Amino acid sequence: MIENGTSIKIENDNKQNGTVIVEMQHLKKSFGNNHVLRDINLVVHKGENLVILGQSGTGKSVLIKCIVGLVEIDEGKLMIFGQDVSELKNKELVKIYKKIGFLFQSGALYDSMSVRENLEFPLRRQMRSMKKKEMDVLIKEALEDVGLEEAIDLSPSELSGGMRKRLGLARTLILKPEIMLYDEPTTGLDPITSKEISNLIMEVQKKYNTSSIIITHDIECTKLTANRIIVIKDGVCAAEGSYEDLEKSSDPWIRSFFE
Amino acid sequence: MEKIIFMQTNYEKQEEKAKQDNSSIIISDSVFRKFFIEVYSITIFTLRFFKEVLKPPYEFNELMKQSFLIGYKSLPLIVITGFIIGLVLTIQTRPTLAKFGAESWLPAMVAVSIIREIGPVITALIFAGKVGSGIGAELASMNVTEQIDAMQVSDTNPFKYLVVTRVVSATLILPLLVIFADAVGLLGSYVGVNIKGNVSAYFYFSQVFQSLEFADLFPAIIKTFFFGFAIGLIGSYKGYNSNKGTEGVGKAANSAVVFASLMVFLIDMIAVQITSLLQN
Ligand SMILES: Nc1ncnc2c1ncn2[C@@H]1O[C@H](COP(=O)(O)OP(=O)(O)OP(=O)(O)O)[C@@H](O)[C@H]1O
Ligand SMILES: [Mg+2]
Repeated sequence: MIENGTSIKIENDNKQNGTVIVEMQHLKKSFGNNHVLRDINLVVHKGENLVILGQSGTGKSVLIKCIVGLVEIDEGKLMIFGQDVSELKNKELVKIYKKIGFLFQSGALYDSMSVRENLEFPLRRQMRSMKKKEMDVLIKEALEDVGLEEAIDLSPSELSGGMRKRLGLARTLILKPEIMLYDEPTTGLDPITSKEISNLIMEVQKKYNTSSIIITHDIECTKLTANRIIVIKDGVCAAEGSYEDLEKSSDPWIRSFFE
Repeated sequence: MEKIIFMQTNYEKQEEKAKQDNSSIIISDSVFRKFFIEVYSITIFTLRFFKEVLKPPYEFNELMKQSFLIGYKSLPLIVITGFIIGLVLTIQTRPTLAKFGAESWLPAMVAVSIIREIGPVITALIFAGKVGSGIGAELASMNVTEQIDAMQVSDTNPFKYLVVTRVVSATLILPLLVIFADAVGLLGSYVGVNIKGNVSAYFYFSQVFQSLEFADLFPAIIKTFFFGFAIGLIGSYKGYNSNKGTEGVGKAANSAVVFASLMVFLIDMIAVQITSLLQN
């Protein structure tokens, strides 16, 4: 038991000292008078799962949308793979974005396409020279990863909520991203399916050594997946630490997330 | 007791607000401002369309797919209404012409009204109801469910992929549909003529084509390109810029139809003025 504990600790320490993949310094973003992100500072290391907690509407989705350029940053610095995003040209940005997978809060499945076409879309768009045969292999592999092989010819409207999440996950995994951004991957699912998704996230981390940011309200998912946790409040990082640290926090507001 | 206090404070707040600025002026001011902001953003949207439509890469596959869907979806409705309009118009016009003993003018009269005015406008209105609202609802729901964001993350310019293809399809397909509707309308009219009386198809159509001039057909078809463009553009604009929320979808579809129908009449009015100016 003790041995096990120490080995996990060492592994965590390694991650703390590992290469920095994503870094934000004094990041600010407002929509008109709505100052959503006031001063965000965070880092994500290679192979690490960073969980972000925070109340609804605090700007968690905005935060990760900044990383893929869906939301423009007002002020501050965003570094991905050690490169300052604001200094990059469009072509270089596209190359970086190719290595980032984004699981959207609402799944963002293309309703007008079948499951297969949903998976084909990022391949056709981001790997323009890829052959049809190679695509089919990747599609099959991605569907196997999430256990959806049978659904390949269905349309998204025929899938259950959990299957939709898994398809969304497959679609982001198909390009083998080095960074994964999960926006509430388990919200709206029953506890068993939630656990399956959390396990999938862990498998992805192990299999591809991805660095991930996971936004969630689901404390079970946090417990399972988090290497480190950041709590956001009023547009700043209010607390940071491991699950055990924050669970025992002296601040009752932070503790309330873990009840 | 509590309720009354609440009402009082609410009332006081309103009064305070009214004192601060003359509220009746504020209302009209904000309506005006809203209107100008809308006009401004549609203009920007249109300019963006022209900028992106010329810039490669072209989304040719998606364009073909949309053109097929748009044409295929509205064809049955347009065929049915076209036929009925031709039929009814003929039946309704006959008594008036009979009064003047000009019944032999019936085919020519109906043909000119269908081809110059009724065919294009009715088809465009149906198109606005079917395709304009469809584009509005589709893009709005894609917006709500983050599908547009997902496309952008997949290295796809969603404006090009979704908006440009739909606007171009609408612009190109509506004229075809109008020609279809005109043809079916004339067929309906032929049936209408034969309800009372016996006219051979050869005689009917030769009379129709004798009465029609190039000047009837050409401007009538040209304006339908503008109808199609306006309907596609307004549907896309409403959908693409919809509010994030499920109620945004219905709103986008609804206002797309209202606004696009209005534009059809507006363009029609301008087109008629221009053609009559040119013909003089
Ligand atoms: N494109 C936008 N334009 C204007 N305001 C926006 C936009 N996107 C987000 N906001 C605002 O930013 C704030 C944060 O939104 P965000 O979606 O990031 O919250 P969240 O923390 O993800 O909440 P939830 O847990 O409910 O998903 C909200 O007040 C929202 O209204
Ligand atoms: Mg969110």
